[in-house]
Amino acid sequence: MSAAGDVLLAVPPPDPDGTLGLVLDAVGTVSIVLGVVLTLVASVGLLSLPDVLSRMHAATKPQVLGLLLVVLGGALYLRTSVDVWMLVLVGAFQLVTAPVTAHVVGRLAHRGDGVRHDLLHVDELTDSADAADPGPDPSETDEDEDEDGAGPSHRPGAAAGRSPDGHHGGSTRSSLDSTE
Amino acid sequence: MSTLPALLDAVLVVCLVLLGLSAVLVAVRLLRGPSGLDRLVALDVLVAEFLVGLVVHAALTGDSSLVPVVVAISLVGFLGSTTVARFVRRGTGR
Repeated sequence: MSAAGDVLLAVPPPDPDGTLGLVLDAVGTVSIVLGVVLTLVASVGLLSLPDVLSRMHAATKPQVLGLLLVVLGGALYLRTSVDVWMLVLVGAFQLVTAPVTAHVVGRLAHRGDGVRHDLLHVDELTDSADAADPGPDPSETDEDEDEDGAGPSHRPGAAAGRSPDGHHGGSTRSSLDSTE
Repeated sequence: MSTLPALLDAVLVVCLVLLGLSAVLVAVRLLRGPSGLDRLVALDVLVAEFLVGLVVHAALTGDSSLVPVVVAISLVGFLGSTTVARFVRRGTGR
């Protein structure tokens, strides 16, 4: 028995963590299983949800939380410093880049026909998005300068007053298009 | 005690099978999406699932030679989806 104990004590250098490694593997497996279940649920949601915004809501799960859980599990399996730091890099990069893509896609979906407006309770982008858009028509700024020569102090108030009837710029643009 | 690693490996193989199933579901959305943005979102999810599958494979085999591939695909997937989003805007704008 002491010989077996000596053998067990002599073995560790190639596998330095017997029961600790097993516990880490088990925790990593639990984390990976959670991430994969989240991914499966998100795929079902991606198939069954009605419009682009809800599908983006489903798509965020495997992109951020699922990938983070699986990366954590993989780092608990591969316990080398290079692999762990590379997996940390993957998680950090995904955390940085997923909001950028979601922002672009959500804005495009709201401009196009990717939103079912009958499913929304509040749509805060309908009024403010076009007013906040850069690049209004140059004719509007000319009108401002002709209307009141008071200078730039009145301009924010004038722009805020104009934003509710945002059809003005659209009408001028359509007239321009019709003339062209 | 010796059956636990085999159990963990079996669980990881089941995880890979579930990932394949969810990839099939996402591919259905990718092929059937009504607009280009649906396809873009589905493609993003497909890339994320591919990353997850690579990490699970690395954990299953203990072979860490695919971990740089995961980093590279994470970079390229972001660039691809953002670029495609710009072209989608140009396509559906007018």
